[in-house]
Amino acid sequence: MALLAPHGLPGHLVDFVAALRSHGVAVGPGETIDAAKVLTALDLLHRDQLREGLAAAVLRRSGQRKVFDTLFDLYFPAALGAGSGEVEVPRVGDADDGDVDVEALRDILADLLRDGDDAALAELARAVVDALARTGSGGQGDRPGAQPSWSAYQALRMLSPETLLARIVDALRDPDIEPGSFADEILRRDIRDRIARFRDMITDEVRRRTAETRGRDQVAKTAVPKQAEQVEFLSAYAGQLAELRRTVHPLARRLAARLAVRRKHAKRGELDMRRTLRRSMSTGGVPMNPAFKARRPGRPDLVVLCDVSGSVAGFSHFTLLLVQALREQFSKVRVFAFVERSDEVTHLFEPGAELSGVMNRVLREASLVAFDGHSDYGGSFGSFAEHWSDALTPRSSLLILGDARTNYRDPNLTVLRRLAGQARHTHWLNPEPRRQWGTGDSAALRYADVVPMHECRTAAQLADVVESLLPI
Amino acid sequence: MSPLQSPSFGSVADVTERLAAAGYLASTAVATTVFLADRLGKPLLVEGPAGVGKTELAKAVAESTKAELVRLQCYEGIDESRALYEWNHAKQLLRITASQGSESWDRTRDDVFSEEFLLPRPLLTAIRRPDPTVLLIDEIDKADVEVEGLLLEVLSDYQVTVPEMGTITATRKPFALLTSNSTRELSEALKRRCLFLHLDFPDADLERRIVASRVPELTDALTDALVRTVRVLRGLELRKAPSVAETIDWGRTLLALGMDTLDDDAVRATLGVVLKHQSDQVKAAAELRLN
Repeated sequence: MALLAPHGLPGHLVDFVAALRSHGVAVGPGETIDAAKVLTALDLLHRDQLREGLAAAVLRRSGQRKVFDTLFDLYFPAALGAGSGEVEVPRVGDADDGDVDVEALRDILADLLRDGDDAALAELARAVVDALARTGSGGQGDRPGAQPSWSAYQALRMLSPETLLARIVDALRDPDIEPGSFADEILRRDIRDRIARFRDMITDEVRRRTAETRGRDQVAKTAVPKQAEQVEFLSAYAGQLAELRRTVHPLARRLAARLAVRRKHAKRGELDMRRTLRRSMSTGGVPMNPAFKARRPGRPDLVVLCDVSGSVAGFSHFTLLLVQALREQFSKVRVFAFVERSDEVTHLFEPGAELSGVMNRVLREASLVAFDGHSDYGGSFGSFAEHWSDALTPRSSLLILGDARTNYRDPNLTVLRRLAGQARHTHWLNPEPRRQWGTGDSAALRYADVVPMHECRTAAQLADVVESLLPI
Repeated sequence: MSPLQSPSFGSVADVTERLAAAGYLASTAVATTVFLADRLGKPLLVEGPAGVGKTELAKAVAESTKAELVRLQCYEGIDESRALYEWNHAKQLLRITASQGSESWDRTRDDVFSEEFLLPRPLLTAIRRPDPTVLLIDEIDKADVEVEGLLLEVLSDYQVTVPEMGTITATRKPFALLTSNSTRELSEALKRRCLFLHLDFPDADLERRIVASRVPELTDALTDALVRTVRVLRGLELRKAPSVAETIDWGRTLLALGMDTLDDDAVRATLGVVLKHQSDQVKAAAELRLN
């Protein structure tokens, strides 16, 4: 059996830990020893306990749990092969190896979803994935002797669990709940959650079976989700971005705490020569009691100029949320959005405003588009300089967010240079990988000559950059 | 297993059972980590949002093992003299003046730095107790980074060094439990010494049982509706997601108001109990068609 490690259980554990490390979970040898102790202390027949026990020993942060769970399922699978499922997949014509009877299967699924029976749903996911790989669904024909192929896409398309929503809601709804009311909405969302969980079960199951045929390491490399902070802004999908936005406040709190420590250590300023000498008069010119310059807490004005066109909207949104969460660090924050030209949107980011749908409001309410709605950096800088250049004072820091893809229009370096000269600091945060700067229509390298540009592909990178930019 | 003492719990199932008897319904994750912390003699670091029962867990462990709970509440600016020990200066001075002239300097010096003049604070108290002890270090993230350094010796070797007296080692290892709301990242050194438990919102079934045990007067149907609603609310992007404590409060509120179904009017009237921010209420009402 390919899954057995050459060095028994300790070897297997070390492999598992190595896989965790390669996915950015830092596990030291000390933790590995703890994990080994956990193996001896627990009853290995209880897989749930093993999972929690290992998690307690090797994890140090909550964001790592998803990676851990996926790898745990790969390295400590609940069963090998098809497992001994209780659930029978209905077949056309009741033959043992006939095609899958999709309608009957959907009926079973609807019943299980209605009852919310997670254990049975997991069984069903296992049986469905297995049956599909063996025989295919009705209408697709048999493929005798073929290598079984596991496909979450195929299984989900056949079952299309989303289409069961209305049916399950109807079955569960009390007669006295009127459609469209609050209770109805809650019910609907609850069922939608259950369906989403079932989709995950199918995906997990497919991953497990694929790992058996294609090798665990292969699957571990490609199919393990990333930690939220490591997700790249530009390639993230809606769900990942939503998850990322949940991390904004913890992230901002962490940054603020780090800044507070930095400020405390930097409380004393430089030696104040003049006052020290003056004090030394009373001790006959011997400087017994040195005086230090008091540091002025510099809370600069922040002016954010951000590209909100579709390609970088996720990045801009996250960064704006972070800036908003950190607003105590600044004396004033003004936010300007641009696509083809700039407009002020500060009022949408007032304290207490609802921020999760704010990007839509920015696009709807601000006048950002002149012709075709493709971003035009040069034009935007121009209109910003024309209408709001008084926002930039020697006290303000200018932060530009965008990928610097100008759609081959004039980058307008002169205006940017002038704006940068007006502000105290100017920084550009770019969500594109550095190696793509300057390729195609990207004017990143040309802009980078004018203002310092920082690569911010992930939330972790962004946090580092923001921390280094913030004043002491 | 420590050579000093036998473990308090026999198995994971035993943990679940005894915590339940103490009024704490534990998930597999909680029961397993408590079992391991006890078995391996390591401190347990519990992290999670406010109101999921981190402090309650420590109390329940103390009750189920018939141990005394020693609590160190952390806050900004807490220091050695509040956490570990302090010399009783007033008493020392008194002792010196009382024996003035009749005693040699050496004797006096040795005498004023002895047990009698030591004021033990929670950490030292927990180390010195001969009986079973649960040491709760609450909200460690509120304390300054320096305090973590102080904890390292206590948590890894269960000993405290008092320079004037020497090292005091635990006669009986306390069950140490640290809680954190993760307002800041704890140092790696501290985390490495602990088992880690992320205590999140419980799953639907467990939450129903928790609500039922805390507010037994609620009907099953209403409990079910409550839990389902709270879970949906947690799915929205809110500033503060409602936790278990809020679910229980909501149940009590409905009970006090004599409402027996969770219809639109009831929700509208009581949403403030679960959502503490005005913007969250507005958002939830808009998304869930509560108009």
